[in-house]
Amino acid sequence: MNFNLAIPTQLTIALGPDLLLMFGAMVLLLFAAWRPESARHQRSVGVWSLVLTVLTLNATIWYLYRGNTAGPGPIAVDNFRWMADIIILLGAGCTIALSIDDNERKGIHAGESHVLVLLAASGMMLLVAARDMMIVFLGIEVMSISIYCLAGINRRSARGAEGALKYFLLGAFSTAFLLYGIALVYGATGATNLSVIGERIVSLHMLKSPILLIGMALMLVGFGFKVSTVPFHMWAPDVYDGSPSPITGFMAATVKAAAFVAFLRIWLEAFPAAAPSWHLAVAGLAAATMVIGNAIGLAQRNVKRMLAYSSIGHAGYLLVAIAASSELGASAMLFYLLAYSLATFAAFGIITVLEGETDKPLTLDDFAGLWTVRPWLAVGMTVAMLSLMGFPIFGGAGFMAKWYVLQAALQAPLPQVKLAVVLVLTTVISAGYYLYMVMVMFMRPRGEGIAAPRATPPLTRVVIVGAIALVIYLGVNPNWTTRAALAGTPVLSRAPLPVVAYPTGVPAGR
Amino acid sequence: MLAESLFFSAVLFCIGVVGVLTRRNAIILFMCVELMLNAVNLTFVAFAQVYGVAGQVFVFFVMTVAAAEAAVGLAIIIALFRHRQTVNLQNINLLKG
Repeated sequence: MNFNLAIPTQLTIALGPDLLLMFGAMVLLLFAAWRPESARHQRSVGVWSLVLTVLTLNATIWYLYRGNTAGPGPIAVDNFRWMADIIILLGAGCTIALSIDDNERKGIHAGESHVLVLLAASGMMLLVAARDMMIVFLGIEVMSISIYCLAGINRRSARGAEGALKYFLLGAFSTAFLLYGIALVYGATGATNLSVIGERIVSLHMLKSPILLIGMALMLVGFGFKVSTVPFHMWAPDVYDGSPSPITGFMAATVKAAAFVAFLRIWLEAFPAAAPSWHLAVAGLAAATMVIGNAIGLAQRNVKRMLAYSSIGHAGYLLVAIAASSELGASAMLFYLLAYSLATFAAFGIITVLEGETDKPLTLDDFAGLWTVRPWLAVGMTVAMLSLMGFPIFGGAGFMAKWYVLQAALQAPLPQVKLAVVLVLTTVISAGYYLYMVMVMFMRPRGEGIAAPRATPPLTRVVIVGAIALVIYLGVNPNWTTRAALAGTPVLSRAPLPVVAYPTGVPAGR
Repeated sequence: MLAESLFFSAVLFCIGVVGVLTRRNAIILFMCVELMLNAVNLTFVAFAQVYGVAGQVFVFFVMTVAAAEAAVGLAIIIALFRHRQTVNLQNINLLKG
């Protein structure tokens, strides 16, 4: 069906899964406030939130298979959006399942923490659907404000409050940059709709307009903060360290996924013609992020900080897919985000199991000799680490994901050979901490005073086993997702390819 | 009129950025961020004179979101104050490395 987004009913139908999640989250918020806080009520709100997430996931898959399209309008209706929604909902489901057990252990009885995850997820779904700067802004803010609260959800933790404050201040600061960028792009083109901006940049010969260039640069800074690329990454390790582990997983995987999808859509739909102006900046950010993120990761003893730097490194790999600026890059990015999210949630699931009663951060010493006390957790963590590193076969989907990104970089209209080389070299650097982790678990003796980890709670076990199984399955059989993702970029493929806009004389390079 | 408004809003935005980068009090930092958002609002209103109503609609969204952000932000600052009895960022240093 081809939606006409100017008609309210059709617009509503096109927003179906988003509206289902939003209204469901509102109802659950009332339900959470209905009874006084207690451990039992927290669990029941969590379980109902999981049910709502699964319902929305089913609705999204149904929309994916219907293969609807839409005319011009404020939101996109394409498989790229539905695939991104699936990644987001999987992430939200994993987060809620992990935090039900984690909240119980830490004595957090606030049932609304699960509702906040749902509200953040609805903001992300809006963000990945956006084809208008207003919707981009609203989506980012609905997502961010919920995440600020989630970062500080453990009221008894001073570290949590500090992480939340840092996240809030830098998040608001970056939003202001993004917004000023949007304002200047609006000033240059007179439009907020992405495709209209793209058309006007070409038809009004805007390529050298200083207002447009400053606007694009400010938007790049804003998104750079949100996805934690290198000059703007300082907040990430602190915030990831301070937040509860399931929420850290949510921030590292799902928030990043949603922001990257919007980033790609804006850059390929609104600014494809301006590629000569932004291409070098994005490529430079990608290279710096890959090198510095992975290099600092080597020095970390605190496991959550290590994973924070690893996630900064992954932001660099994903920027390579954006720098490729092609359909292949878009589908490679979606597959990468799926593989990365699954591996991240497996790793953070295991971290929540190992975390003790205290607020003390988890270090590599807590993982020493894990193989001797909890062999299955050690095996799970190994698969997650190898997948994040992109190790063949044992790393499952992580390897295929990196392979696709490399392929996209090399087959781009303007081949990104240098970035591909940096990607491979930094993957080698990252082995320094991923494999060190594996070595510590299998070859170090268990420390003297370190207690054996508690039993894995059932829901956490489901998340860990499910995520690991999917990682391995996607590594063996990646085709269905890539096919869905490749079929899922009709809007992007209709946008003029960046190569068209290059001045004559620059080799197109196929 | 457009040029003056744009210049003024750019100056306001820069004052906000400098404030965020140099001040160390969480509340003042937050006020500087609000200043930046209002500079953006001014830009939108100025451009709306040329391009029509979309810019003004955007301003309403920004104001609404800024209000929600203020509610959450002040709550977070209070939560931190309960732990540390200060809102000065120089004394807030549990997380580093």
